[in-house]
Amino acid sequence: MAQDAVQFFFSRYGFGQPELERYLAAALERGGEYADLYFEYQSTSSLQVDESIVKSANSGISVGVGVRVIAGERTGYAYTDDLAPEKILHAARTAAHIASGPARTHIVGLKDTLGAGRPSLYPVVVAPTDVEIGAKLSLASRADIAARAYDKRIHQVRVGYADEVRRVLIATSEGVVTGDYQPLARLNVFCLAKDGQLSQRGSSGGGGRVDLDFFERQLTPEHLGREAAREAIQQLNARECPAGEMEVVLGPGWPGVLLHEAVGHGLEADFNRKKTSAFSGLIGQRVASEACTVVDDGTIPGRRGSLNIDDEGARTQCTVLIEKGVLKQYLQDHLSARLMGASVTGNGRRESYEHMPMPRMTNTYMLGGQDDPQDIIRGVKRGLYAVNFSGGQVDITSGKFVFSASESYLIEDGKITAPVRGATLIGNGPDVLTRVTQVGNDLRLDQGIGTCGKEGQSVPVGVGLPTIKVDRLTVGGTAS
Amino acid sequence: MNTQTTTESNSPQVAADQLAELARRIVARAQEKGASASECVIREGREFSTTVRLGQTEMLKEAGGKALGIRVFRGRRVASTYTSDFSWPAIEQMIDSALAIAQVTSDDDCAGLPEASELGAVAGDLKTYSPEVARIPASLGVEWATRCEKAALALDPRLQNSEGGSFDASEGRKIFCNSLGFLGEHRSSYCSMSAVPIAVQDGQMQRDYWYTMGHDLSQLQSPEEVGRIAAERTLRRLGGRKVPTQRVPVIFDPQVARSLLDHVFSAVSGEAIYRGASFWAESLGQQVAHTGLTVIDDGCRPGGFGSTPFDGEGVPTRRTCVIEAGVLQSWLLNCYTARKLKMKTTGNAARGLAGNPGVGYGNLYFEPGQRTPREMIAGVKQGLYVTEFIGMGVNMVTGDYSRGASGLWIENGELTYPVEEITVAGNLKELFRNITEIGNDLEFRSAVASPTLLVEGLTVAGA
Repeated sequence: MAQDAVQFFFSRYGFGQPELERYLAAALERGGEYADLYFEYQSTSSLQVDESIVKSANSGISVGVGVRVIAGERTGYAYTDDLAPEKILHAARTAAHIASGPARTHIVGLKDTLGAGRPSLYPVVVAPTDVEIGAKLSLASRADIAARAYDKRIHQVRVGYADEVRRVLIATSEGVVTGDYQPLARLNVFCLAKDGQLSQRGSSGGGGRVDLDFFERQLTPEHLGREAAREAIQQLNARECPAGEMEVVLGPGWPGVLLHEAVGHGLEADFNRKKTSAFSGLIGQRVASEACTVVDDGTIPGRRGSLNIDDEGARTQCTVLIEKGVLKQYLQDHLSARLMGASVTGNGRRESYEHMPMPRMTNTYMLGGQDDPQDIIRGVKRGLYAVNFSGGQVDITSGKFVFSASESYLIEDGKITAPVRGATLIGNGPDVLTRVTQVGNDLRLDQGIGTCGKEGQSVPVGVGLPTIKVDRLTVGGTAS
Repeated sequence: MNTQTTTESNSPQVAADQLAELARRIVARAQEKGASASECVIREGREFSTTVRLGQTEMLKEAGGKALGIRVFRGRRVASTYTSDFSWPAIEQMIDSALAIAQVTSDDDCAGLPEASELGAVAGDLKTYSPEVARIPASLGVEWATRCEKAALALDPRLQNSEGGSFDASEGRKIFCNSLGFLGEHRSSYCSMSAVPIAVQDGQMQRDYWYTMGHDLSQLQSPEEVGRIAAERTLRRLGGRKVPTQRVPVIFDPQVARSLLDHVFSAVSGEAIYRGASFWAESLGQQVAHTGLTVIDDGCRPGGFGSTPFDGEGVPTRRTCVIEAGVLQSWLLNCYTARKLKMKTTGNAARGLAGNPGVGYGNLYFEPGQRTPREMIAGVKQGLYVTEFIGMGVNMVTGDYSRGASGLWIENGELTYPVEEITVAGNLKELFRNITEIGNDLEFRSAVASPTLLVEGLTVAGA
């Protein structure tokens, strides 16, 4: 797969290893210590079924190369959407300006690498972008029909299908030439329910680095349509959400967005190298209860957050971030690993060739524990059971994070009672997991809908969680 | 054929008349190949950015790019494609694939270009472009970013770390052409500078930021001023604590008050209205906000950061009074949503490279009131002054509103200690009715601008 991706660029754009070496040499001619090239060819397609008709269908291609030069803590970056040699050389020389002085680094002779050196995590036979549009339309229409059939109070349904294939070639001054072929597909359903004066919304979605067959075998459009409709209908009966500190039980799967916000971002190495994270200097210390083990795993087959290699050419891995409550490791990219004297962890990612890589999560989840999820709920006198979220955000310096529930219920005397309206939950990253007193045996990964934003760059990610109980968390409702 | 570089060798700059000619040729070709109507948008631009951290240049980035998008109609069916490859074979392929896709999309009665009579552009110079920006030397950007960060860190010994000072400059051009003969071009330039200092006290860290933006250098605040404000905003967060859960008046500082305009926009955008997905969907002509509240969208305000002479469909932009003295006066519409609602476009079509046009705003703002922010704070016995929100806990269908917040606690008319790890919650329908005081401090620092606002009766959840 790495070879195929590299050959794709070589044959389509008529260059080879000698040219790559020439570009890298130009990038280092002012004395940088490290340089890399990231070639990207991305094709996308998307369509929307809205009010039961196909209102739009789109496709496109973008191509370009980003050149990066590192000198100490300094990074120079330039990109071009024109792969003509003089344009790439120009970009390389522009990026080189960050360094000053004569060239010092010799380019290590480039050699083909095996990529990740293991079978592809996403061996799709037919890229979703190559499937004729009729098959995708049919998926979207089926979701639309299923959502409308769920309940006659569903009055608006919007279904979006989007896919992409990204081919990348990465060459570094340390001699690596590698590549990857990265498919990604996603189906989303958004519903509005109306009952008299009351309106509510519901949504669902899923996908991954998969072919279209995934939506037949694993996550059907009917399931997604019904899920979105169910959430909207269920919310019609929701009451005001309570306000204040209380016990919170998070359901399995997508509520793992808690980990992403509360600890994941704060463990990205760039923030810790600069000591701007609330987790800076806490390696080896207790940041969670003993029941918590949290990993970031880029190697789960077919997942939205998985990659064979990261966007710097490093093989992805499963990194233990927190083991039995103790902070073990940060998520590294090339630059931070180099400056911190650590090893890369395969977390150097970027949105596109126009962007510099930085440490990012892949699939972040907590390992399952011993508790029966039903017992966890039974043990709560008065609290909130949150099962679905619409996203979150964190201030990594103060450690404060939020995540917003889109579907949650009151727990009263150990029983799930009424649905409540959406509310934001807020906490402090370095100590929220110390209040996790129970971890369920029902670890689940999300369905493949996550997109993470950092410094203006979006990348696909995954999360996962077993049912957990947090003893005390602030719930931002309105009811007393 | 076509893409010839100009004397500027450091980016794929293409002369304006060549891009316009290319757009015209693409539209003509799409029509020849069977489109009943078509549009082409071309974007081209370049950017420079630098970050200086703890006095050292950390990052320099410089690049240029371009892309084009095509949208074609076969009667009432529509499809679109885009490419960054401007070679003619690649463009022919894009046209072909758009026409092919348009055979499988559905007939949509409301789809189509604007009426020919609706097309046009605002006359005169909108003052969004300065050729100076492209000539700003990298060394000046580095110098200003350095000064900005230095000023931030110099204010107090507790300012011990930094995410850096940064300076960004960009310029861009869009060209839009359709088969009804509209051809428009618009250029804009931006430069901005910011600082993100970190303060440490008793083992707790806080960060905040400040920024300045302009169409050219002369419109920027000085690096020293930006740094100082960033430092003050950061220092005042030190020692933040939670407060007990309670209902209190909340004052939104201008930075965070802008987020309420985002919610106004979402609630009046034609997309949400025709679907019934807005809590104001049935409220046109009704009193939806306090009588003191007036919301304007002005897409052609000279020098505005959201100004452009024509919208994403080639319709002139304009000044629309969205809410006047609390009464909801107008939706913001593009042609599609206007047809859905049996209304006329308000020149608010927004457009990316691919897909159907959406709805966007130009320069969206609350008209300023009479009171100074100090007077507003002085009138509050017990309440919250919010300076930052995190998270997006807003449901536009119901108006349910719940966001993570930090700020300063108000006691007896004065700002006292910082508060954090709290939420501010309510319902937007009530919230807009409860904006009882509006500050006189409107300042256009971006395309969305608000004065200080006071909202009665929101729930602050904390300890």
